[in-house]
Amino acid sequence: MIDFVGKKRWFFLISWILVVIGVISLVISQTQLGAPLQLGIDFTGGTSMILQFSPAVEQGQLRQEMAQLGYDEARIQDAGEGNFIIYTREITSDEAKELAGEIGTDLDSQVEIIDYYLVSGTVAAATARNAVIAVIIAAVAMLFYIVWAFRRMPSPFRWGTCAIIALIHDVFIIVGIFSIMGWLAGVAIDALFITGLLAVVGYSINNTVVVFDRIRENVSRHISPDFAETVNNSLIETLGRCLNTALTTLFVLLALFLFGGATIHYFVLVLLLGVIIGTYSSVCISSQFLVIWEKREWKTLLPFTKRTT
Amino acid sequence: MRRGNVYLLIFILALFGFALWSIVPLDRNVFGREGLRLGLDLAGGSYLVYQANVSDIEPENRDEIMDGVKGVIERRINALGILESTVQIQKHEGEYNIVIQIPGVADIEKAKEMVGLFTVLEFREQDQAGNWTPATGTVTIDGVEKELVLSSRYFKENTEVTLHPTTNQVLLLFEMNETGAQLFKQISTRLLGKPLAIFLGDEPLRGEDGRIIAPTVEAVIEDKGQITGLSLVDAQELARVLNAGRIDVPLGRWANGEFQPSVPLYERTVNATLGQDSIQKSILAAGIGIVLLLIFMLVYYRLPGLVACLSLGIYGVLLLAIFKLVPVTLTLPGVAGFILSLGMAVDANVLIFERTKEELRGGRSLGAAVEAGFNRAWTAIRDSNITTFIACLILFWLGGELGALMVRGFAVTLFIGVALSMFTAITVTRTFLRLIIGSRAVSNLAAYGVPVHTVRNMK
Repeated sequence: MIDFVGKKRWFFLISWILVVIGVISLVISQTQLGAPLQLGIDFTGGTSMILQFSPAVEQGQLRQEMAQLGYDEARIQDAGEGNFIIYTREITSDEAKELAGEIGTDLDSQVEIIDYYLVSGTVAAATARNAVIAVIIAAVAMLFYIVWAFRRMPSPFRWGTCAIIALIHDVFIIVGIFSIMGWLAGVAIDALFITGLLAVVGYSINNTVVVFDRIRENVSRHISPDFAETVNNSLIETLGRCLNTALTTLFVLLALFLFGGATIHYFVLVLLLGVIIGTYSSVCISSQFLVIWEKREWKTLLPFTKRTT
Repeated sequence: MRRGNVYLLIFILALFGFALWSIVPLDRNVFGREGLRLGLDLAGGSYLVYQANVSDIEPENRDEIMDGVKGVIERRINALGILESTVQIQKHEGEYNIVIQIPGVADIEKAKEMVGLFTVLEFREQDQAGNWTPATGTVTIDGVEKELVLSSRYFKENTEVTLHPTTNQVLLLFEMNETGAQLFKQISTRLLGKPLAIFLGDEPLRGEDGRIIAPTVEAVIEDKGQITGLSLVDAQELARVLNAGRIDVPLGRWANGEFQPSVPLYERTVNATLGQDSIQKSILAAGIGIVLLLIFMLVYYRLPGLVACLSLGIYGVLLLAIFKLVPVTLTLPGVAGFILSLGMAVDANVLIFERTKEELRGGRSLGAAVEAGFNRAWTAIRDSNITTFIACLILFWLGGELGALMVRGFAVTLFIGVALSMFTAITVTRTFLRLIIGSRAVSNLAAYGVPVHTVRNMK
């Protein structure tokens, strides 16, 4: 029998390390890019377009050419198959066509704009605000829902809080990973990133509820006088389901990540990370938090403290 | 009980048959729906949002005038033979946005050109330095004197192009409304013998030869007039614009307190070939994912796994039928939502099977174990999926806001997918399992993934 509850210090240590790495990355990003995450045009305003070249050109060549044409702030991403994604300031579709024409002449290649996207600054500001509001509303709504779903248990608010802590944990780690990818590889977050994040919020809580549901059932069946043991048994009983559901979801997402094309690549990555971290946190964070709260072992949360027993 | 199962089976098969019939072939006409409706990132097309500059219009008239604008834009796009385009007005904190969707099959360039022409054409005269400045006149309306710019909004919608009967010269014949006649009289009197150019925003209209269209005023014009010297193509183009319906509201966007006409607030234009490519990639990815999923279920859960695969197949067909019949517009993130919901649809089955296995190990009989498995798993299935529904609702709200065009597609497909997965798990999977157990065809516990030696106390 695996003793999950006994290893909770380790789980918290791992999570603390991930959180600290995330915080460091946010600070690095803030100093390097002026924002904790590399923000895409959905949040800053601007133009993005996918250019198709035939014959193919080198990314370095394209960067040089863009700089020469006065677009030195442009970010360029290889989208595979001779396509490049360019992020730059707001330019109209006519200006974009002119630009593509000039690039084509200078680099001696046929250039076609296969995807053109313009977001005005005012829209972008509203999107950024709405995205933050959406995530906060989601967290609050989940809290209320869980408090309601566990209303027959003693202190339902505790169950809700534990689930929300796991949720914030998941969201924060994913944000941290994308922050690292931002200053390291120029990966920017867009409206789909927020979409993925909210889906992860749903998934993470979904998993937590399945585990909590079992704990709730086992508590009312009085399978053990010790709450820690009850939780541990519940975790073991639901482990098969948690892993299998995560696996089946990962199969389809992995296929989409590898073969689904560049447009939704990072969106699918958010979902992939969310499924992995959401599964981990419902077993190793939210349930352990319940135990800590029940036993008032708050010191366990901090790494490197002496064991009390 | 057994008769109930048979009825359920008949119901499921009938539903499945209907769904299958409605989606095979995909472009079959069912209740007026042909094929799946694809979003612009899959079909190609344009999505444009303009802000309307309503600052010159009395607040109480704005709603009505914007409705008129919508109608004019619809007529214009339809005149190009573009079907399935939609025009919407979004009122947001006192601002009016016009949202235009044009599908990829159409000539997007032409359509966007028409959109560009939504702005009013303005007539300009040359000052001493040779710069073009708006041609204005003073008009008395309802006893109030106003200085107005001569523009296309004062033209009646009966402008026509004809050839002069003797000289064969191209003639553009037009008529002005009351205000326009007053304006044109003053301006043409002042500018006799001088050119009058036509501007779209800050750009003059140019002819086929690239020269600015600036006819010379040869007579005083009041309620009727003609323009000569245009090529036939240019004249027809101009007539089309003047007849396309007046839009009394400039469309464009506000930037730093200044109104920029003809520049969209938001635009996404996707090439149809890219859309095709995305469709192929999505189908490949979905295919690979689904095959992996089915293999895993079969290997791990054996007989119930097979039942889950069947139930998943029915789920997929029903979902496609719903997408087609509602209809739900499928976007690339929507496909991701669909695929994610497939993965999660398995979840309900997994929950039930794991629970059934536990009951079997606990020594219950097959039938009792399956029933207990369903009953006990149900609270977890219900409670856990509600969280996904909450997330979807919030996403749906977020997707309705500007700038989050692709968000709603994901929310809708995921929501429908999860709801349907609950339905198939408790009806399809359950009925199939009950029937198999009832027929006593397979009673070996190993077929349910529970080797006999793991059973605690056989009753």
